[in-house]
Amino acid sequence: MLEKFQEWYENRHEYQEKYKERTGNKIVGYFCTYTPEELFYAADILPVRILGSHEPQDVTEPHIFGMFCPFCRDALAQGLKGKYDYLDGITIGQSCLHLRQAFTSWDLHKNPGWSYFLPMPNHVQSKRAVPFLVEEYRLLIKKIEELAGKRIRDDDLRQGIDIMNKVRQAMKEIYEFRKEENPPITGTEAMYMTCAQFFTDAREFLPVAKEVNRELASRRLDRDPGKRIMLIGSENDDIEYINMIETLGERESVGCTVVVEEHCTTTRYFWDEVDTDIDDPVRAIAERYVLRTPCPSKDWPQRTRLQRILKLAKDFRVDGAIIIQQKFCDPHEADIPFIRRFLEDNGIPTYFLEFDVTVASGPFAVRTEAFLETLEAEEDLF
Amino acid sequence: MAQYPTEPLKCWPKAKELRNKFYENYKQAHEKGGIRCMGSAWALDAVTMGLGRDVYWITGEPYGASCAFDSPLSADFLTAAEKFGFSRDLCSYMRNYWGSIIVGKYAFGGPLPKADFAYTQHICCSHGKWYQNACELEGGDVPLYVIDVGVGACPPFEPEMYKHRVKYVADQMLDSIEWMEKITGRTYNDELFFEACWNDIRLTHTWAKICMLNRAVPAPLDEKSIYSLYVFATLQKSSAAFAELYEELLEEVEDRVKRGIAAVGNEQARVMTDTQPPWGFLKIYRYLETWGVVSIGSLYTFGLEGMWLYDEDRNDLGPRPMPPEKPTSREEACRMLADWHLSKPEYQHFYSPEYKTEMMDAIAKNWRCDAIIMHYNRGCEGLSVGIAENRLGLLERGNKVMTYEGNMGDETEFDLPSTETRFDIFLESLGLKKREA
Repeated sequence: MLEKFQEWYENRHEYQEKYKERTGNKIVGYFCTYTPEELFYAADILPVRILGSHEPQDVTEPHIFGMFCPFCRDALAQGLKGKYDYLDGITIGQSCLHLRQAFTSWDLHKNPGWSYFLPMPNHVQSKRAVPFLVEEYRLLIKKIEELAGKRIRDDDLRQGIDIMNKVRQAMKEIYEFRKEENPPITGTEAMYMTCAQFFTDAREFLPVAKEVNRELASRRLDRDPGKRIMLIGSENDDIEYINMIETLGERESVGCTVVVEEHCTTTRYFWDEVDTDIDDPVRAIAERYVLRTPCPSKDWPQRTRLQRILKLAKDFRVDGAIIIQQKFCDPHEADIPFIRRFLEDNGIPTYFLEFDVTVASGPFAVRTEAFLETLEAEEDLF
Repeated sequence: MAQYPTEPLKCWPKAKELRNKFYENYKQAHEKGGIRCMGSAWALDAVTMGLGRDVYWITGEPYGASCAFDSPLSADFLTAAEKFGFSRDLCSYMRNYWGSIIVGKYAFGGPLPKADFAYTQHICCSHGKWYQNACELEGGDVPLYVIDVGVGACPPFEPEMYKHRVKYVADQMLDSIEWMEKITGRTYNDELFFEACWNDIRLTHTWAKICMLNRAVPAPLDEKSIYSLYVFATLQKSSAAFAELYEELLEEVEDRVKRGIAAVGNEQARVMTDTQPPWGFLKIYRYLETWGVVSIGSLYTFGLEGMWLYDEDRNDLGPRPMPPEKPTSREEACRMLADWHLSKPEYQHFYSPEYKTEMMDAIAKNWRCDAIIMHYNRGCEGLSVGIAENRLGLLERGNKVMTYEGNMGDETEFDLPSTETRFDIFLESLGLKKREA
């Protein structure tokens, strides 16, 4: 069943268009993982994340100044090229300025008739953030009700929480297999899985994830896992890169497996669940988004990401970390020197790569191989 | 040949002295038994003033601009930041600031004085990170407080100023007061806070009134001079001395308008700009003057700190009226400051470029601009966000627009000759003729 994730990843538009036809449900595209999907599921609206296509494009230049990240331009290009014309609405939970431009330009030029900017608080370490977000959610709920043409009740919200919590649990269970000595799932496959979840109805994703979970219990991969690598970055679904480094071992003397990531396409997105013991479902959802693993744009005054990254690195027993910088991604760029020092101080070697929309496969292969070799050398010495 | 009479600003020497004193005070703060505080130009500095009259500030953006004005110094700072591992595409003010800490050199002479605490606000996604990293680079023992003001736009761009949004910002200020008492060991004085709060409001209100006077033809102020004057609002909005300077300036500019005193004697055409200029190359404004062009200002110089209200029906901007009375309680002062600053024009484009386009168009029309020159500023993501859409929106509204690319604080990203050539082509297309030297 693992290949189903790849199929969904590669055919996201086909899935979503057919989904609309067969269910009659509306679809809202969202730009950032700070969008509370629970609220949309509560209204029987499918929230789908808008990601780029990793293809060079030339349509966004008049709309977004070239100093902003390639991901936001790539995401906007999908809208301007009409790939998402079937959407009924678009929304964004406030995070970085870059992606916000993809949303605002889309809103200006391809408005599907419903759009909403959610002022997700930035000061998530303040005790004032949850009460503020609760009030913001109440405004958003009214707006969603207009789109859905129905009232959203507490039970609907609990249903939305249940849907999202279950897929989060399912993905975490699958991630457990990545801790094994010879993981039965590669980083490439895991990335297909987490991204497929963005593009599909969680209720349709869940049975497939559960089946995959059963399959993984007995799956054995006929490959040398090589070095255990962690990827750290921003929005990264650079599957071509992950696949390239995971197949290095077939061509070179060193190989690797990506065993965990700290990306908003993976763990930052799904790791944290909504606490179902909290009576008020709106408050419960607000707490989840305030307390979740933060985007660096919200990770202050304390840099809490460091400990979270270290915990993942230890739990998944990584040999080294590749720090992926999405070019121009300011919040991550502000963290990178400190993450590198922190990991190095904790005995985890790091390597830095700057990414654009397309992957520089050749040079990146050479550089990654060199990094992996340094990990080998250390092993030989001791 | 000059058409209009010109004369220097009378308050210029005083302004210069006040600015120098500001940076000197920060250096000498500890000798005076005072406290050093660092933060953003948009920080709600008034809140810190309840700790005493001896809280001395440094604000990162004008400090970064001062560094950028000194090319060799800036080169040292930028290189140091890059060597540390910071990307070259990060905010150039921020890189100058971090570089100054890493090198340990103060742009105003001697070693960089270490801040006692950092107090800032966050709307651009770099703001919180800026001082988080600055505190870390200072050795990790400088406490930091950040107030999140990213709560959405104000009316008329939103249906109302929602109470919970004002409350969220005000409550963070209240929390910060307890925090400051704890980290400084001082008892907070509410009366001083009320005074500082009122200074902030009158200063930012007065600045808007000053900018209104530049609707006159000839313009009494040119933007190059405005840069030297608006800076006080970015240094410390809560300063009584700065508020008084603006009140003097207002009187002086009113007098200039009455007497027809021009900033640029040969004013033939009027332009407005956008975002920060390349600080090391302010001579581009003198270059514009050779074409008889005066830059009357921008949403940036008017509304970065000046407080305005946008009237959608009239497509016009006017100074936001001050609240009727000074605050009398801590809670009221926090609410008042939050409500006041959330209507800042330069906060609005963070939620949609359309809001900025509308306000820019209002300036272009009401300040009688012939054209708009936009700086695609690689140095500041916060003020460049949505800028390409602003260009499109202004063109749609019938404005003549040119752009040039540069960086406010990194001279390696600015090309002077090619910028001048772009000016030549654009200004010629407006039917202007360059004055021979």
